[in-house]
Amino acid sequence: MTIQEIDSGPVGAARTGEDRIAPTLRAVAGRAGDFVTRYGVLVGFIALWQVGSVQGWINPAVFPPIDRILAALWDGLVGGSLLEDVAISLQRSGIAFAAAAALGIPLGLFMGQIPVVERALDPILQFFRQTSALALYPVFILLLGLGETSKVFVIFWATLFPVLLATIGGVKEVDRKLIEMSATFGARRLTTFRRVVLPASIPPIFVGLRLSATTALLLLIASEMIGARSGLGFQVMNAQYNFQIPKMFAAILLLALLGLAANAILVALQRWLCRWADPANS
Amino acid sequence: MTVLNDDIRRGEVMIRDLSKSFALKGQRLTVLRNLSLDIAPGESLMIVGPSGCGKTTLLRILAGLDVPDSGEVRIDGAPVLGVGTDRAVIFQEPRLLPWLTVLGNVAFGLEVRGVPRTQACERARRYIRLVGLAEFEDAFPRQLSGGMAQRVGIARALTVQPEILLLDEPLGALDAMTKITMQEELARIWREEEVTMVMVTHDLEEAIYLADRVLVLPGDKGAQVALVDIDLPRPRNRNEARFVKYRQNLMARFGLH
Repeated sequence: MTIQEIDSGPVGAARTGEDRIAPTLRAVAGRAGDFVTRYGVLVGFIALWQVGSVQGWINPAVFPPIDRILAALWDGLVGGSLLEDVAISLQRSGIAFAAAAALGIPLGLFMGQIPVVERALDPILQFFRQTSALALYPVFILLLGLGETSKVFVIFWATLFPVLLATIGGVKEVDRKLIEMSATFGARRLTTFRRVVLPASIPPIFVGLRLSATTALLLLIASEMIGARSGLGFQVMNAQYNFQIPKMFAAILLLALLGLAANAILVALQRWLCRWADPANS
Repeated sequence: MTVLNDDIRRGEVMIRDLSKSFALKGQRLTVLRNLSLDIAPGESLMIVGPSGCGKTTLLRILAGLDVPDSGEVRIDGAPVLGVGTDRAVIFQEPRLLPWLTVLGNVAFGLEVRGVPRTQACERARRYIRLVGLAEFEDAFPRQLSGGMAQRVGIARALTVQPEILLLDEPLGALDAMTKITMQEELARIWREEEVTMVMVTHDLEEAIYLADRVLVLPGDKGAQVALVDIDLPRPRNRNEARFVKYRQNLMARFGLH
């Protein structure tokens, strides 16, 4: 009759030592060790870039030193020229992502529940999915013009499939035994859906959402490189044409940070929705 | 819900000419043939037999999860058509919802029937106490041991206050010592709750410990089913001479010694 213990990791292991004064010190050392093993390679990469560029090991015209990239980033954000691009890029990818989630999740839940619908729609979905969104971009431009609508639509198109397919898969993978259990208690189909199928599908849905977020940023850049006058993708191309290499890298860095931020938000949301699976909860 | 102290609870099962077969690799495999049986209200019936003899199939038909090819099952006179709120099933695996706490899982059965949450939780707490998990009300399933998880499953089934408790090898996956403790608890719960208990088991000792009657399903479909009355005082002593005698008799039926 014991509750299963969850291993508390290196910090907890340090606490079991005989020495009673040192634990805090050891905890700090342990945490520093964690940081080094996790981010050491990244820090080393940045340092190597900086030194290599300053020392001329790599061509500073193509790879400017990190401090100049950061300075360009600072100017762009404070001066406002990059800030507007961030805003318009966020708007494009945000609308597309929200639309993809708003359509993909309910449609996926529905398709996963009703095998007939899934069977009927699966071939055309697979066909569309394998058709590159970028190849279809000219079609969307013909239909919707070269404005915002075609850009948002091409991002939406590519973003829809990861979340839709992950949701369908998630619903189909829900443990039949749990559904049967629910039925034996007299739960109606809709109740079982709400109380069993939906919560069980949340983790796979989030896997799809995170893939979709990555796809949204990817397609954002591609669409902004074709016939755009604003946005981070436009700035990357434009800075390169004008040989403003630090600014180009500043825009690339911003894109990477946007991707990381989007992922972090989704991970945090998933953790919050799936608190029951969190080891820290025990 | 006024059934909380309903003392006219029944739970009489009447099985008539029940047959069921499955298609397996193009062949018909008969698992139940013309089975007729009456189970009295409040009786404890254990079903034993070799693998593939139809134990679980019979239980699933009683639960309304499977449909017989012919014959019928009546509960308190009414034919069984699908699952019903007069029965609760305890499976071999606990089948807990990992995102709900122990309390949430135990209240689940009532909540899906539309009982308001506070009322469902109140009743759930009573049964969580009954299975000895009061301290673990707020724990999540992955924090529980196998035996504890199975108790939660038992509490969940009891909370809906069924007339008939159907158990499909509920202790099969537990270690030997936990199993004995749980058998004692099942005997106590069955006595306190006065439910009809129909349970499938592989374990002959478990069957004798818990049963009023043991239904022996033969592996060979030509052979007759047998009913063994277990006429021993409760609580039962596994080492008593008559208990051992019953076990020897049952084992002999399966060619074991």
